[in-house]
Amino acid sequence: MATLSTPAIELINIDKRFGAVHANKDVSLAIAKGSIHGIIGENGAGKSTLMSILIGFYGADKGEIKVSGVPAKIKSSSDAIALGIGMVHQHFMLVEPFTVLENVVLGAEGGALIGPALAKARTELARLARDYEMDVDPDAKVGELPVGLQQRVEILKALYKGADVLILDEPTGVLTPDEADHLFRILETLRDQGKTVILITHKLREIMAITDHVSVMRRGELVATKETKDTSVEELAELMVGRRVLLHVSKGQAKPGEVVLEVKNLVWRDRKGTPRVDGVSFSVRKGEIVGIAGVSGNGQSELLDVIAGITKPASGEVIFEGKEIGHLGDPRYVRQEGLAHVPEDRQHRGLITSFEAAESSILGWHYDQSLGKGFRLNRDAVIARSTKEMADFDVRPANPLLKSSKFSGGNQQKLILAREIDRDPDLLIVGQPTRGVDIGAIEFIHKRLIALRDQGKAILLVSVELDEIRSLSDRILVMFAGKIMGERDASADEREIGLLMAGVTKDAA
Amino acid sequence: MNRGGELPRWVDIGLIPLLNLVIALFVAGLVVLIIGENPFQALGIMLNGAVGSLKGWSYMFYYATNFIFTGLAVAVAFHAGLFNIGGEGQAYIAGLGAAFVGLGLEFLPWWMVIPLATLACFLVGALWAWIPGYLQAKRGSHIVITTIMFNYIASSLIGYIIIYWLRPLGSMATQSRAINGAYILNFREMGKMFFGLKLPSTPLNPVVFLALAAAWGVWYLLWRTKLGYEIRAVGANTEAAIYAGIKPDRIIMITMAISGGLAGLLAANEILGVQHLLLLEFVQGAGFVGIAVALMGRSHPVGIVLAALLFGLLYQGGTELSFAIPKISRDMIVVIQGLVILFMGALEQTFRPYLSAYFFKAED
Repeated sequence: MATLSTPAIELINIDKRFGAVHANKDVSLAIAKGSIHGIIGENGAGKSTLMSILIGFYGADKGEIKVSGVPAKIKSSSDAIALGIGMVHQHFMLVEPFTVLENVVLGAEGGALIGPALAKARTELARLARDYEMDVDPDAKVGELPVGLQQRVEILKALYKGADVLILDEPTGVLTPDEADHLFRILETLRDQGKTVILITHKLREIMAITDHVSVMRRGELVATKETKDTSVEELAELMVGRRVLLHVSKGQAKPGEVVLEVKNLVWRDRKGTPRVDGVSFSVRKGEIVGIAGVSGNGQSELLDVIAGITKPASGEVIFEGKEIGHLGDPRYVRQEGLAHVPEDRQHRGLITSFEAAESSILGWHYDQSLGKGFRLNRDAVIARSTKEMADFDVRPANPLLKSSKFSGGNQQKLILAREIDRDPDLLIVGQPTRGVDIGAIEFIHKRLIALRDQGKAILLVSVELDEIRSLSDRILVMFAGKIMGERDASADEREIGLLMAGVTKDAA
Repeated sequence: MNRGGELPRWVDIGLIPLLNLVIALFVAGLVVLIIGENPFQALGIMLNGAVGSLKGWSYMFYYATNFIFTGLAVAVAFHAGLFNIGGEGQAYIAGLGAAFVGLGLEFLPWWMVIPLATLACFLVGALWAWIPGYLQAKRGSHIVITTIMFNYIASSLIGYIIIYWLRPLGSMATQSRAINGAYILNFREMGKMFFGLKLPSTPLNPVVFLALAAAWGVWYLLWRTKLGYEIRAVGANTEAAIYAGIKPDRIIMITMAISGGLAGLLAANEILGVQHLLLLEFVQGAGFVGIAVALMGRSHPVGIVLAALLFGLLYQGGTELSFAIPKISRDMIVVIQGLVILFMGALEQTFRPYLSAYFFKAED
């Protein structure tokens, strides 16, 4: 019999392998009913695999799952839904041209006619909105809603299908701090109403702020489950990595020199003619790190592309060391002039996953005469260069002949950073330097960026991690809807930056 | 260290193709059995026909020469992410290069005309493939569609040119007059002329060495030059290539030209080395076999040479087989070749998961 003390979910000795990778090693975990349970771990620690097993996306090789004390066979997501387990994915599973209502009934349409289902959903949605304070216009088109509301639709979708256990995978990655706060309030309401919430995240502060219990995963194993009030950020970080880590980068005062990069009234339009970068002006000087904060999708990526010469601006200027480079649209020229670029999307741009690491570590520099005279590419020179860079940046395994895809996220990123810094650039532009990178490598990458600054190089940093921006930057620019909302210094209040990220200026607020 | 389920190299390039070949032959054997013949006898005749005599070997290498050129053509394009299925037309149209240079520059000595005519084959083939490349790069027309259409255009164009321009007056045959200026001696003629040897009568000629050199050249281009790096970068990840300052449009056009040029060299073998005149349909499907060869050879020159030899064996052995056992017709041979293509190309991945499971179990 299920009583209050029966856990909502019990995972018993779950084991899962993918080929040679042991993704989950004998994991046992009980999640109390009516609680918020956090699961943290680095990328590849096995969090997502474990949750995928719970919602029937993968089958476990061994082990048992109990839902409310009853052994359950979950073979597909419909089994999971029938048992009251719903998931909100990191990348939303929504049909953008559909209305909120249509999305909510998706997969629960009932009969051949959609009418009755929609009518039922409308009443139900009104009830859910009342109970959990989750107002959304049921007739709005999902594609036109802001990201925070889209996420709310995802949650409503799960609740509508009768979810008692809600799994959220990295839910705050796309939210402003304000939106994240609101989400947390919703999750707390859900818990108070008796729902169970599983929160997968790599952000330690979120765990501390909202969860009741926390489980830490490392290399496929569940290393600890704690009551949140009995633990600390430092302890959790240490459990995640398996050693002591420095969470805050220490850096000295910046000594800014002359201006290296100057961007004036830059405008970039997408194919539809919508300005995605809208009249942006700023400058970066030698010996300083300028950070651009903002929720992802507010024009930062496009701004980096224009500066790096990958796309041409509609109007405005990019002046690098006194030369206008924006209208050239030539990444090779820009690179030769001393502007290095660590792209935001490591897997799709920074390297070629099917190439050997040595080949990835010459990407963008492959034409260089030092790598072979004339048309030839000297393989020994390529491997030698890669070996040196790997040693410099402690890339593991230090094997230049291994395929790029075989390296972990952190090591891939180190490979790219090594390549870009090795040519002694005057300006380094970096997008999301630590996205999907494990804590140990984050520490390393941050230290190297600061060392580069201290050598008198200019760095333009774009990141959606506000903590990262705040701990690395000397000056912070906040971007919203293609515009620079304001500039703050590194000591600025987090809330204030958060408001700017949401497009709220002081006067308006 | 096999993270992420990757098989050891020898399994990947040795065991899997071998397994596929054995199964293809097994199924082909069943087909032979169904029509009431002994599969082992058939296999014996086939193997004997291809590798049982010097003549068989020579024919095998002669066929393989064509397949190496067309296989390399498909492979080079494939490395840039392009599926060039116009090798047939590119090889065919290249015959014009051989004919025009061979007939037009007859007054030059042979040691000048032969290289020029060979170069002309390459250039005409290159031009014919460059056009679809241009259309893809600048106009967004899909290369699969355009190269197929260009096969038909090539076919009509050659027919027109032979009938209206190249056919000798009064001749009823749809072929040009003999190209004597750029006549590549075959090995039998050479043996007789220079060494007094009596070799079996086969079309094998020195162009086979050009094919092997081309295979080496393609390897060198792809893995030892900057252009090759750019070609592979565009094929593997266009986004990353753009980030690196590579211009995909330019690479697409250059790669297609190289690909078409390689296919065009088939004309040097067939027109300059074998037929010594321009005639209709001399490519005989070798352009399409090149696709299978490239697939089977995993787009690597070494694999392509081996796959081309296998197909050469099937062609030569198959011809012998249809002579020896009349019940096994020419069409049956096509069925057997089709099975090989099916198992080696289309079902290439079929046994991988099982092998993977087996190897990782063994490792633990």
